[in-house]
Amino acid sequence: MPPLASFFVKRLLGAIPVLGVVLVGSFLLLEAAPGDAVDSYVAGSGGLDASQLAQLRQAWGLDQGPMNRFIAYISALAHGDFGWSTAFQRPVLSVIFERLPVTLLLMGIATALAFFLGSLLGIIAGAKPGSLRDRFLSIGSLALYAVPGFWLGLVLIVIFAVDLRWLPIGGIETIASGKTGLARMADIATHLVLPVASLAMVYLALYLRLMRDRMSEIRRDPFVTGLKARGLSRRRIVWRHVARNAVLPVTTMLGWQAAVMLGGSVVVESVFAIPGFGRLAAEAVSRRDTPLLLGIILCSAITVIIANLLVDLAYGKLDPRVRVGR
Amino acid sequence: MMIWRRLNLEGRAGFVLLVVLVLMALLAPWIVPGDPLAITGEALLRPFTSDAHLLGTDRLGRDVLSELLYGTRTTLLVAFFSAAASLIIGSFVGTLAGFLGGIADAILMRITEAFQTVPGFLLALATISVTGPSVPTLIFAISIGNWTQAARVTRAEVLSLRERDFVAAARTLGMRPLEIAFREILPNAFGPAASLAAISVAAAILIEAALSFLGFGDPNRVTWGSMIAEGRTVLRTAPYLSIVPGLALVVTVLSVHLIGRGLSRNERLLQS
Repeated sequence: MPPLASFFVKRLLGAIPVLGVVLVGSFLLLEAAPGDAVDSYVAGSGGLDASQLAQLRQAWGLDQGPMNRFIAYISALAHGDFGWSTAFQRPVLSVIFERLPVTLLLMGIATALAFFLGSLLGIIAGAKPGSLRDRFLSIGSLALYAVPGFWLGLVLIVIFAVDLRWLPIGGIETIASGKTGLARMADIATHLVLPVASLAMVYLALYLRLMRDRMSEIRRDPFVTGLKARGLSRRRIVWRHVARNAVLPVTTMLGWQAAVMLGGSVVVESVFAIPGFGRLAAEAVSRRDTPLLLGIILCSAITVIIANLLVDLAYGKLDPRVRVGR
Repeated sequence: MMIWRRLNLEGRAGFVLLVVLVLMALLAPWIVPGDPLAITGEALLRPFTSDAHLLGTDRLGRDVLSELLYGTRTTLLVAFFSAAASLIIGSFVGTLAGFLGGIADAILMRITEAFQTVPGFLLALATISVTGPSVPTLIFAISIGNWTQAARVTRAEVLSLRERDFVAAARTLGMRPLEIAFREILPNAFGPAASLAAISVAAAILIEAALSFLGFGDPNRVTWGSMIAEGRTVLRTAPYLSIVPGLALVVTVLSVHLIGRGLSRNERLLQS
């Protein structure tokens, strides 16, 4: 097998036990929640008599013991059947797929922005540990890291949407604007500015701190002294050598950070009334739609696993010492 | 005052802030007597315009200052207990995994990884949706999404400790394996996990705030998150109702971070 393919196979096999634990956990939650799948299906369709209910339970394998119910749950999942959403009266998976793209877009832009700006500021701070700009940036990032994202969103709304009226207050695009093509994309972009900012700012602080700390650590490494002795300029040492080494371990954070950001998108999407995956989670809880909530949990676990896989691939590309597939 | 001496200037500032916050939480019934959820005045009084309501009143005419002080109680209560719970769960799992090794270790670490894969906030939401919101269930819901770091750190520490001489000595004394794990190794491995305490407390504060902002907090208590949500309905006319409790959150989390950073020079702990 070519190295890349075998790397993928190895990683996917490694993800199976983890996903298995998530499945068992979500099955237990489903069992703990009041009512079963038939109850949720019937809730929207008006009701059936007792014999029809029993028939449906038999057809879905719900009349059997927990072990068989678990097997029925797993085999349904394997067939792409994530269950029936009570709140939307549609299959769970179709609801999720409708909402996921917006959130991935939001998260993708926010992550990229937080990573690049955060690392950049981290390099600037870490280039001269203990300097005035380092202290300023460090304290600033610590304060920013203490800010709840949803509250930052509200503050940004007050400033930029209510007072200055520069940006829309919420939503993902102007409703019934009839815009198409580029005009529509520009419309969506203006709607994304504030939510992206409130998600990205908090994580920017995290990357700033990590990058700064790594920078000040690597600067003490003997190879930096060697470079100085060779007469390289300070700027060249900082950017070409120290920063390049420092950015690698910070990259590995990106994958796990996807989980944190998915969690953060729940509140931020609620603040900005964005019809995304995160707000769907809050809706699923407040409308007592357990099958939908479990579908969301499974999908976010899969998203995080994929994000980690992509980060590992990128890491292999960035660091010549690590060869993917070996 | 052992902690005080170990702290740098910024850490001491954080410590003083936190002490003030704890005092505010403890003394709330004496500073602002009466039920914080009672309607005590005209609705939507601006801050600093009335002597009876220093920080003004909310949409229903409740005193913002009393809500704010009682909110400190909920925030600190939930944060400290859930951070403690996640450290205990984490170090327990980590000790077992590191000490037992082999298949038990593999299983426990896959479970840890699974909990890391599911966003902690979603896990808390799902738990609350099954148990219903109250202070104990909130503590439980937040800690089950928050213990994985402590487990990893403790496991790494246990792996390096279990080959030491004092463990061999305990074995020769005839102590049973689990007794060795929890009476000899765990106390020695707890240090690194405890240095995660500040990060755990800060994370718990933010998760609790976000949960109660979405309306999944304890309905019988004032929380800063629910105050922000309540103020949001009048965001255009009275933005301070959302801004003030948010500032309280920022100050609290910042004080915890300052202490944590002042205590542990090992800043790489912030990473994992």
